[in-house]
Amino acid sequence: MTEYIIRRLLQSSLVLVAMSVLVFAGVYAIGNPIELLVNPMADDAERARVIANLGLDKPLWEQYLTFFKGALTGDLGKSFVFNVPAVGLILQKLPATIELALCAMVIAILFGIPLGLWAGLKPDSIAGKTIMAGSILGFSLPTFWVGLLLIMLFSVQLGWLPSNGRGDTVNVLGFEVSFLTADGLSHLFMPALNLALFKLSLIIRLTRAGTREALLQDYVKFARAKGLRASRVVGVHVLKNIMIPIVTVIGLEFGSVIAFAIVTESIFAWPGTGKLLIDSITSLDRPVIVAYLMIIVTLFIVINLVVDILYSVLDPRVRLGQGAGQGAH
Amino acid sequence: MRPVLEVSGLSTHFFTRAGVVKAVEDVSFALNAGEILGLVGESGSGKSMTGYSIMGLIDPPGKVVAGSIRLKGEELIGYDEARWQKIRGNRIAMIFQDPMMTLNPVLRIDTQMLEAVLAHHDVPREEALRRSREAMVKVGIPSPDERLLAYPHQFSGGMRQRVAIAIALLNKPDVIIADEPTTALDVTIQGQILFEMQKLCRESGTALIWITHDLSVIAGLADKVAVMYAGRIVETGTVDEVLDCSRHPYTRGLMCSVPACNPRGQPLKQIPGMTPSLLSLGAECAFRERCARATAQCDTMPAIGQDAHAVRCHHPLGAPT
Ligand SMILES: Nc1ncnc2c1ncn2[C@@H]1O[C@H](COP(=O)(O)OP(=O)(O)OP(=O)(O)O)[C@@H](O)[C@H]1O
Ligand code: SF4
Ligand SMILES: [Mg+2]
Repeated sequence: MTEYIIRRLLQSSLVLVAMSVLVFAGVYAIGNPIELLVNPMADDAERARVIANLGLDKPLWEQYLTFFKGALTGDLGKSFVFNVPAVGLILQKLPATIELALCAMVIAILFGIPLGLWAGLKPDSIAGKTIMAGSILGFSLPTFWVGLLLIMLFSVQLGWLPSNGRGDTVNVLGFEVSFLTADGLSHLFMPALNLALFKLSLIIRLTRAGTREALLQDYVKFARAKGLRASRVVGVHVLKNIMIPIVTVIGLEFGSVIAFAIVTESIFAWPGTGKLLIDSITSLDRPVIVAYLMIIVTLFIVINLVVDILYSVLDPRVRLGQGAGQGAH
Repeated sequence: MRPVLEVSGLSTHFFTRAGVVKAVEDVSFALNAGEILGLVGESGSGKSMTGYSIMGLIDPPGKVVAGSIRLKGEELIGYDEARWQKIRGNRIAMIFQDPMMTLNPVLRIDTQMLEAVLAHHDVPREEALRRSREAMVKVGIPSPDERLLAYPHQFSGGMRQRVAIAIALLNKPDVIIADEPTTALDVTIQGQILFEMQKLCRESGTALIWITHDLSVIAGLADKVAVMYAGRIVETGTVDEVLDCSRHPYTRGLMCSVPACNPRGQPLKQIPGMTPSLLSLGAECAFRERCARATAQCDTMPAIGQDAHAVRCHHPLGAPT
């Protein structure tokens, strides 16, 4: 187990290095941030001073080396625009994004699993068919369009919910969170729902497919033959088996929820990392872009590792690190 | 003595888009305490559906459309789900064919055993655990305390089937229905399990219905035999009567396709033709297309006799003509 985790972490650091090289080269190729950073009225001496200050006068490989040395000590460079450490800038915005993503996931799980179970147990009922039709909509409607629709309906027409910002926040363990205040909740609801919709549909479909498959298995028949109540057959025998793929997917999708949050954050002006990233790309603020991607990829890696560990807890047949088991992605 | 289980006129049909599948039709038999009935027939003849009907486990589009199932005189047909739950696993238990599939792969053995006790008895966990341990010892599982904490994949096929049998025995049922429980196991293990099941049922007075398509298994195990063909029982009687003096042309054909019954060196005789589709059964004897003895009389389905050795045939073998 320990050996497995160490091997995974080593692989992951290689991924991180490769990614930072790519992003470095990519942003360099897009354009020169100097044009955006220096006052067009500045003279050549002033211009050269700024370039030297940002280290942009050196060749790219040397810039990367400087970045790499800094990264080893946890310093991912300073924002060109704000002249403060990029990591700090992102970490300051990250709680808002994570709160949004977590809420979206909670909505998707809380509604997705029961609805999927229902649709799987009663595939021919009206409710079952309605749930499935709804999930197809959730899959196919574009996120930004649904987001705009939500704003039109709840903010503009009905005036029930605010359409932008986080609302009142409270400080919990050093993080600002919205979900503990009524005002914050009303701000959180629409973006979280918007972000959840796709994952909700995914979880419904996964749960339904898993349920239908499990119901055909002999162990369900045997469980019924023992005289167990239907609630136990479904709630323990079926659910425990279908939780294995569901937990895997939920875990893997959590990373993409954070990534997708960029769209939702833009629509609802949610002050998270997504919005920061868009701004940084516009101003070619390379240190922030690189730092953002490094942090997101690290998050992905940690999540995948946690999922694998969870997987082995849920499925007694999986032992981590033994060859190419299902647990090793 | 009143039989423990009396099944009479049982019919189970499946209402599919293609038509009504008469999977079980007019099946009757009776079982005394400690008695073993071998239910024999080829694939698709309705053996499993007979078992599921007795467990109340027929799911739509299937339905028990006629007949009566009496357990110690208590009529089970017409029971709602809640009452069936009190019967299942408690007074009638069932074991399935594939031990790799019947135990839930993600639940520990103790969970799967305890829930079977606790579903029917309001006893503390310790007592349920004690009964589980006892049942495991009974079916020959060594070091039960350790094994209870294991998961199914840590057991061999034979051991898993023993666990399933132990679960079936937990609540000391009146009847156990074993649906080909040894087919998936190798021959030595099969022999051991057969022997132990026989012993356990004799000792505890549990009646056993042993479903199989293998006549040679029945010979050493059962007291009575019922041979099924296309959903109906075509011949029933004691093992000696049915196997040694089979009277139905189908049973006789089955006997001749068993290696032990054939003189060495001669090819095994096969019954010519194919099993009829259960969808297209007409009014005639279902075996007619394959029967060498068929006459015009066989255009109508023969009734099964009322004797102890009963046969559903207009022209049974060995009858005075
Ligand atoms: N859900 C269903 N829908 C339609 N027909 C069904 C259904 N389930 C079972 N049947 C029919 O019931 C018939 C009897 O099936 P059953 O499983 O009892 O056969 P069996 O004697 O146990 O055969 P095997 O030795 O293969 O287990 C089959 O021919 C099948 O066509
Ligand atoms: S009733 Fe006729 S067709 Fe049917 S088994 Fe007997 S002899 Fe053959
Ligand atoms: Mg069967």
